[in-house]
Amino acid sequence: MSQTRKKLLVDPLVDNNPIALQVLGICSALAVTSSLKVSLVMALAVIAVTAFSSLFISILRNHIPNSIRIIVQMTIIASLVIVVDQILKAYAYEISKTLSVFVGLIITNCIVMGRAEAFAMNNSPVDSFFDGVGNGLGYGLLLMCVGFFRELFGAGSLFGVVILQPLSEGGWYVPNGLLLLPPSAFFIIGFLIWGLRSWKKSQVESPEFKIQTVEDH
Amino acid sequence: MSEPKKEGIFKSFKNLPIDSIPKTVLVAVVLCLFCSMVVSFAAVNLKSFQLANKVRDKQKNILQVAGLYYEGINIEQSFASFEPMIVDINEGLYSDKFNPQEFDDFSAANDPMLSEALIDDPASIGRRTNYATVYLLKNKDESVDKIILPIHGYGLWSTLYGFVALEEDGNEIYGLQFYQHAETPGLGGEVDNPKWRAQWAGKKVKNQDGEIMIQVAKIPGVSEHHIDALAGATLTSNGVHNLVRFWLGESGFDKFLVNFKNGTT
Repeated sequence: MSQTRKKLLVDPLVDNNPIALQVLGICSALAVTSSLKVSLVMALAVIAVTAFSSLFISILRNHIPNSIRIIVQMTIIASLVIVVDQILKAYAYEISKTLSVFVGLIITNCIVMGRAEAFAMNNSPVDSFFDGVGNGLGYGLLLMCVGFFRELFGAGSLFGVVILQPLSEGGWYVPNGLLLLPPSAFFIIGFLIWGLRSWKKSQVESPEFKIQTVEDH
Repeated sequence: MSEPKKEGIFKSFKNLPIDSIPKTVLVAVVLCLFCSMVVSFAAVNLKSFQLANKVRDKQKNILQVAGLYYEGINIEQSFASFEPMIVDINEGLYSDKFNPQEFDDFSAANDPMLSEALIDDPASIGRRTNYATVYLLKNKDESVDKIILPIHGYGLWSTLYGFVALEEDGNEIYGLQFYQHAETPGLGGEVDNPKWRAQWAGKKVKNQDGEIMIQVAKIPGVSEHHIDALAGATLTSNGVHNLVRFWLGESGFDKFLVNFKNGTT
């Protein structure tokens, strides 16, 4: 694999993470991360959709009229999402029941549209495909991190396997109910972004304005 | 003969400037046609799997509520010991108007011909079906071991759909389980907690005078009718309380259960 393709794949994981740096796709990250299994399936679904939508949009990029550009992208994305939804309902029924509307809402996930518009419209199909997979992986990685904390401390288990025996089942751990509710993902994502930017200083945005000090006068 | 001409049309379209109106319309039409073909292909081809999943899911839940489910079981085979029957709720009798294998409870509940609007509506379901599928678990000698009744009603965020399993006397509860709901995970969602569900086993729906006594409440009552409400989920608990009492009460399966006990179904 060439250097550029590798970069396309690896960059969005940490250096240019769609959730942590670009702060896109937060909505679904709040909704589906209460358990790891669901997060994993959601991540796979998003990887598939970003990868193939970028691929198809890139193949068509020289034939897409500018005036209906966004609609064409949406049509392609929506079709892929419906197909993914149908496949989940047919082959992973239990999980599709928990994901319910959130699979359909991948259509509105800003990451998919963002990659189509920012990358796939100007780059070759194969590069776009890798870019899509990379960004899907970056989204999935963060989803798994959030899901890890929420399921472990909210329900005392990982992938449904009990790690911290909850009090209600005769153990010692009192599950933190807040972590099972969507707002907790806000806190966790916030802490993750804080941690990431403390580690990689280059991700810290420069302040939009400076507070004047007395000496400057 | 017409081959070269067609290619000519195709080429002339291909050579059109991208942003011209004909090309825009062409791209839009072709794309929409193609995408709709892909989507309908997927939907049609996967439909049989999806329906099979739904049926299996329902059967699994019926097995679970009757305490027959364990990991790795052959659902279809075990389900054969159940006999589905259509019950006319108003008459409290079995009805042979419909084929139980094909009867769709969901659409019946919304069909104005097969359901009635509720005035007194504690379970907040709006309409109640007049016909429902009940499942009879039979012993080897064809006598009924358990009766599985479908129930549903509103909790805090969502309608809870489930089954209640009764012993052959139509009064003692064997189990209760919801297969579809969207209550808060960890709070109202604890209706799925096996520990909480275990409380239902052995509880009596009615007292000796035939009054409905079963309750889901925080304040302890007569222990053989009392289920502890879920901590932190008052509204979901109230919903379960109301819906169980509704479906086992006079507007629900009460008539059928009385007839069943007397052997006059």
